Amino acid sequence: MTAFRMPSLGADMDEGTLVEWIKKPGDQLKRGDIIAVVETQKGAIEIEVFHDGVLEAIHVKTGSRVPVGEVLATIRTAEEPESAQPVPPEVVTQKPVYAPPAQVAAPFTPGLKITPAASSRAKELGIDVQSVFPGQDGIIGLKEIEVPSVPAKPKASRGINLDEMRNAIAAAMARSKREIPHYYVSSIIDMTAMMEWLATENARRTVSDRLLAAVPIIKACALGLQQVPELNGHFLDDRPLRIAEVKMGIGIALRGGGLIAPALALPDRLSLTEIMQRLSDLVARVRGGRLRSSELTEATVTLSNLGDNSADMVLPVIYPPQVAIIGVGQIDARPWVVDGTLASRKIATFAVAGDHRANDGRSAARFLRLLGEILQKPEML
Amino acid sequence: MSVLRKVTYRDAVREAIQDAMHRDASVFLMGEDVGRYGGAYGCSKGLLAEFGEDRIRDTPLAEAGFTGAGIGAALGGMRPIVEIMTVNFSLLALDQIVNTAAAIRHMSGGQFSVPLVIRMATGAGRQLAAQHSHSLENWYAHVPGIKVVAPATLADARGMLWTALQDPDPVVMFEHAMLYNDEGEIAAEGDLSMPIEGAAIRRPGTDCSIITYGGSLKKALAAAAELAGENFNCEVIDLRALRPLDGKTILASVEKTHRAVIVDEGWRTGSLAAEISALIMEGAFFALDAPVARVCSAEVPIPYARHLEISATPQVAGIITAVRGVLRR
Repeated sequence: MTAFRMPSLGADMDEGTLVEWIKKPGDQLKRGDIIAVVETQKGAIEIEVFHDGVLEAIHVKTGSRVPVGEVLATIRTAEEPESAQPVPPEVVTQKPVYAPPAQVAAPFTPGLKITPAASSRAKELGIDVQSVFPGQDGIIGLKEIEVPSVPAKPKASRGINLDEMRNAIAAAMARSKREIPHYYVSSIIDMTAMMEWLATENARRTVSDRLLAAVPIIKACALGLQQVPELNGHFLDDRPLRIAEVKMGIGIALRGGGLIAPALALPDRLSLTEIMQRLSDLVARVRGGRLRSSELTEATVTLSNLGDNSADMVLPVIYPPQVAIIGVGQIDARPWVVDGTLASRKIATFAVAGDHRANDGRSAARFLRLLGEILQKPEML
Repeated sequence: MSVLRKVTYRDAVREAIQDAMHRDASVFLMGEDVGRYGGAYGCSKGLLAEFGEDRIRDTPLAEAGFTGAGIGAALGGMRPIVEIMTVNFSLLALDQIVNTAAAIRHMSGGQFSVPLVIRMATGAGRQLAAQHSHSLENWYAHVPGIKVVAPATLADARGMLWTALQDPDPVVMFEHAMLYNDEGEIAAEGDLSMPIEGAAIRRPGTDCSIITYGGSLKKALAAAAELAGENFNCEVIDLRALRPLDGKTILASVEKTHRAVIVDEGWRTGSLAAEISALIMEGAFFALDAPVARVCSAEVPIPYARHLEISATPQVAGIITAVRGVLRR
């Protein structure tokens, strides 16, 4: 039996509201299926499962506000026999912040500190301690069991609450600037060849298939990162963790303010057409407030492209736990020296903000040099 | 309605001795300066004149000698009260107390008993420096064969001695040096004797048990009074008897309050507080809502300088901090 818990959908998330169960007890599940929808500061997120199996029981009622790590459901994995107990339907709890006790012993959660008295009292009251908010000191004591510290809020409407979004950005960026020693390295890249190739390419595509300039940039960045792996990964538990696959967070602005950077997985292995499709899909879903949980957690690096807004250079802030972020300025014609002669070229400034705990400016400079080279041969993308 | 009268702790101790000597001709007092000087802390002032040199006996500065003489007298049928000036000096008599008084009943197969009471002052607070200020009650509370009491109130100071004298085994009685001047009221008449076993709840409460004894009781009560102003309702337990410990009262209290702070003027390492903490862990682990906290003396010989002496020993502010800690406030 596997406990399916409220996932953390980013460094800034500590709770979410369960708005919809997509699967019901008894349903077959396979890895990647969407099981539920959770309302977060980033809108409604579709939560995926990571196991094949059968949904055994649901422990949290729709509308409940639950902390990260709480058991939402139990999943009987493929190898396990069917439970002798009847599968309860969605259980109704008196207090929506609590889940009823799990049918199976909750696995030990490392880091959960609960006092013996609180543990006994929770058992008496039939409260699942996984669902209780710890105090400010991280401990669950009697006062947390007996008085819920966070009352359930009325169900949020589907979509994005911009105040909460602003809070989420504030928390993540403040943490980033507090914890991450940023360095910045930038380079001006001649985009003329790329833009000429793109114009030719788009001319022969139907309007719906045309590529944005961001698309070859995404792929070029991913290819460059493959050669500079120290920029791609996370910084966790005081250690840099390189990740082989590139999952590129794409900063997508929201109408009305705020932004989300969902992950676009493996752009280095996708065709430009596929990247364009994924990008359109992501933008539509970000603005509709319907992302998948993996898209919010898996990014290994982020691309922030403010070129649309006539910004020459973007020096972005790293989104923890990532270790680098790439900022792209506008692509515009400028006087430029080519082969000793002044010429009008389309150029763009690319900047890398790196986490100096995980990598060094030299890596960022190498990446920018590789990126410049790749972007000179757009036909190879 | 019982009539009350005002006394000091010192008066209560003296009255208890005086009363016992009136009631039982086999009771006598001996120790350094108990006669002509009236006792190092003035507890036997006037008794020499009243009872004479046979029953109020000044001894040489020889703790092992006069404690041994007391043991011998007890074996011979007397009911001696041996006064040792401070617990620090009692170490000179430790062999007599531990190897003889505590052991003789067991070693003689129950043929002999030692109905002896040894009184001594303990504790810091009077700027008497390291050789007169320690709290070594725990050394005695460790030893089977003796009973250890620590009267913290006037009523216990007045009432425990007689009961201790009735006990067939040695009783070691600790009087904290900072209690002697305390003034209050006790019953004017009737049976004033008090049991020498069992803890007392000096202030009932629901949020945290403050477990203490002797000179620290008034500090614990002051802390509880201040915490009451913050709406924290502390229960204060006066152990009264340090051996045997009243585990039942301690555990019942912790079951109710879910939190315990132990205030013990002994050094933390190997302290009585450590023993009580272990007792709570064994008996009330599942009732605990916080780790048991201890407020003990700093691990230094008690300093002479006043500010250092104060900072080396448990004080009200430290108790309040510890209680807030277990309440997580």
